Amino acid sequence: MPLTTEEVRRVALLARMELPEEELASQAQHLNTLLQHVEILQKLNVEGVEPTSHPLPPVNTLRNDEKRPSLAREEALANAPEARDGCFAVPRIVEDNAS
Amino acid sequence: MPEYEPVIGMECHAELLTESKMFCGCANQFGGEPNTRCCPVCLGMPGSLPVTNRKAVEHVIRTALALNCTVASRARFDRKNYFYPDLPKGYQISQYDNPIGASGWLDIEVNGQKKRIHIRRVHLEEDTGKLFHTVGNESYVDLNRAGVPLMEIVTEFPPDIHSTAEARAYLMKLRAILTYLEVCDGKMEQGSLRCEPNVSLRPVGAAAYGTKTEIKNLNSFRAVQRGIEYELERQASLLNHGEKVVQETRGWNEARQATFAQRSKEVEQEYRYFPEPDLLPLDITPQWIEEIRASLPELPDARHARFVEQYGISNADAAQLTETRSLADYYEQTAGAADPRAAANWIMGDLSRILNAQSLDIANSPVSSPHLAVMINMIERGDISGKLGKTLLERMAATGENPQTLAQREGLVVLRDTVALEAALDSVLAENSAIVSDIVEKGLVNKRGFLVGQVMKATQGKADPRDVNKLLDEKLSRKN
Ligand SMILES: [Zn+2]
Repeated sequence: MPLTTEEVRRVALLARMELPEEELASQAQHLNTLLQHVEILQKLNVEGVEPTSHPLPPVNTLRNDEKRPSLAREEALANAPEARDGCFAVPRIVEDNAS
Repeated sequence: MPEYEPVIGMECHAELLTESKMFCGCANQFGGEPNTRCCPVCLGMPGSLPVTNRKAVEHVIRTALALNCTVASRARFDRKNYFYPDLPKGYQISQYDNPIGASGWLDIEVNGQKKRIHIRRVHLEEDTGKLFHTVGNESYVDLNRAGVPLMEIVTEFPPDIHSTAEARAYLMKLRAILTYLEVCDGKMEQGSLRCEPNVSLRPVGAAAYGTKTEIKNLNSFRAVQRGIEYELERQASLLNHGEKVVQETRGWNEARQATFAQRSKEVEQEYRYFPEPDLLPLDITPQWIEEIRASLPELPDARHARFVEQYGISNADAAQLTETRSLADYYEQTAGAADPRAAANWIMGDLSRILNAQSLDIANSPVSSPHLAVMINMIERGDISGKLGKTLLERMAATGENPQTLAQREGLVVLRDTVALEAALDSVLAENSAIVSDIVEKGLVNKRGFLVGQVMKATQGKADPRDVNKLLDEKLSRKN
């Protein structure tokens, strides 16, 4: 089932990508080509085969619970488009409209 | 109007007690200067890779075992994708369809009625940062909390909880278990234990469930209770007026003691979960599970039963004293060195009143358990009266000093000087000759208490009422 331009519009919104209206159709076509590859794979009979969630064998790579130095705050904030009072500053977020 | 039955599901998040964060070595602490515990991993810098904290995984396995869950032999991390300023990577590492623990339960007791509450899952994820709202048109983000190990515990569907009291009992028991396991400090006010109940109503006897709402921003046990009560009343009122409940998230407003619809984060949530490619699946061997099982401490239910058995205290007292591990430890240390029932009364009465007044946890009590035991023994021996004991406890809390030293210095010990006691009694008898004759001549023995009270007053409560009574008997019999 090919993707509609409406679905592409929604995926773009979820990914926070600004897609111009005129690109929707060509992007839909592009994504549909990718999906066709997956469709071929879906034809395979995988009955009794355990799903692979990772290409490497499951070996636990865990670390001990030990503290390590963090970045200096100026470094942590260095890439922020806006910073104020030691914090990242973002456009105002309103969560609770009754407070 | 129909009678409604509340249907309540509980989703709880517990920040785990570890030294470092979930996937990096930044310190896991509360408070402090914003953005001082951040690194490329927890800031979501490109190219950084997460490495799982073993302790955090073990804490979740411990909890899963204590909650009677099945522990998965293979668990996996998944990405939950959404955009919000407190989530630097644009996704949260969580667990979707392979959680560490599943299908467990805990038991609660409400009004003497035992009930089993089933738990659907226990999983591990990472916490988000914190957002601050200012008056201007900006919000501020502190990422110290981003990446702190967070455990989610969700009750089973269909829900077993059908009243606010049961919801409260569930949360209390869960907090007790978490603090006994030492996996979470259980502090709701600091947000280290958070609870988001979902609430709906259905007519009694109906098979279908009503539309539910989820309540957020509940920062205390009281808020959880009030929030659920409010939501149940609001929904009942809607249904009674023929209106519909809208499925939504509602925020608890502490100042207004009411819930309000929250603006949703997205038009429609769609998290597009997929397996986290940066982390390998977790292999949890039977051996690992058994090692952890062997290290489990005595849990609240077992300790409760033992307290009743070993110390002869009531079921209700044992329930209260085992609510947190620190309280149960404190009680046990005191009860080991003094009368266990007296210890229970002092701890749940005067001591808890003193601690509440100063918002102190029992773990930070200015009165140590050995000192409390000494004080109880002083009362038992009659060295001080129970009434003076209350004063002494106040002074112990204020100074942290040994009760014996304090009592001596501040003159709180019992008056053993029989000459002084006799003098006090004689003057009371002289001042109240009418009452004395009432007792001696008319046999109105119930007036004796007044005389005893007057002597106690004259000695500033320092006399031992038993001594006063004995002496009074002697004096009255001589007058006969
Ligand atoms: Zn970090």
